[in-house]
Amino acid sequence: MTAFVEFNGRTYDTDEEGYLANLSDWSPEIADYMAKLDDCDLGDAHWEVINFLRAYYQKYQIAPAVRVLTKAIGKKLGKDKGNSKYLYQLFPYGPAKQACKYAGLPKPTGCV
Amino acid sequence: MLHTVNKSPFQKNSFDTSLRLSRKGSDILLIEDAVYAALKDSAIAKTVKQAVTTHSIYVLEPDLMARGLQPARLIKGIQIVGYEGFVELAVKNDKVQSWL
Amino acid sequence: MGAIKKFMYINRTAPYGSIYSLEGLEVALIGAAFDQDVSMAFVDDGVFQLKKGQDTSKSGMKNFSLAYSALGDYDITKLYVEKESLQARGLTVEDLMPLTYEDQDDDYQEKPSIRVVDSEQLADIIAEQDVLLNY
Repeated sequence: MTAFVEFNGRTYDTDEEGYLANLSDWSPEIADYMAKLDDCDLGDAHWEVINFLRAYYQKYQIAPAVRVLTKAIGKKLGKDKGNSKYLYQLFPYGPAKQACKYAGLPKPTGCV
Repeated sequence: MLHTVNKSPFQKNSFDTSLRLSRKGSDILLIEDAVYAALKDSAIAKTVKQAVTTHSIYVLEPDLMARGLQPARLIKGIQIVGYEGFVELAVKNDKVQSWL
Repeated sequence: MGAIKKFMYINRTAPYGSIYSLEGLEVALIGAAFDQDVSMAFVDDGVFQLKKGQDTSKSGMKNFSLAYSALGDYDITKLYVEKESLQARGLTVEDLMPLTYEDQDDDYQEKPSIRVVDSEQLADIIAEQDVLLNY
């Protein structure tokens, strides 16, 4: 089954959980829009995680599982950000799952 | 006739069969996992070196690159072609036999 | 969950030519979430998965070789490569990606994940496993 998201007069294919089917369809604007659909306003702290995920994907071609993301964020941005409490505050639906969606990545590898 | 092979010679005997069942002088194009046949110093390198003297052996560059095989690592006499070269070989030969 | 079991993923296929090697990698990454003792073995054409310098820009496939560098992040730190398989393909360990992990028990020192072993050693390691998965 295919699903899609409508944005700015265009439709973008997604999987059944709303993850963009094509990486190249992503833009900061569509990220903001997808977040709004979830009643989430993206601030600088969210963007820090989203940008981190996009860079991680660029480097490794995978969307990291939450445990891996937390550890990697801690290493890059410090322990005060590399912990579940901080990340769940930003992304209550699950930091890896939700942030990957806004980052235009597939659902994380290792999230069951 | 152009013969193409797409399986690793270390896993299947398609490459051997293509040699056995093609006339001397034929064009053989290695694509996908068959590009590993072109590696020098392998356990089958002797067979391939011999084949270069009886057949025209080609490898597809995009498949070499995908697998991280540098031209310097290939057996001498094997010719590297791109997608255009593949098309030219297919046009030059009236038929294509794909050994799977 | 019960006691920790030894899981080994045995990879015997080359990348790109079939879906097996990508599947094996993905299942290993997913399985890593279950806190088991996970290792991977690269045998036969499986050693080609670790070949460095893979570049899929002209063939339009996803270069998933990059993901092997993330195995350390997933605590998969034991990648056994059979020496005989390398030799039969004209390869040496220098042809493989320099994969590493950070050893949590040793002040997070970076250490190599790839361990080249001969057939006899690998047979012993396989014999010790609780669960073997083949790709």
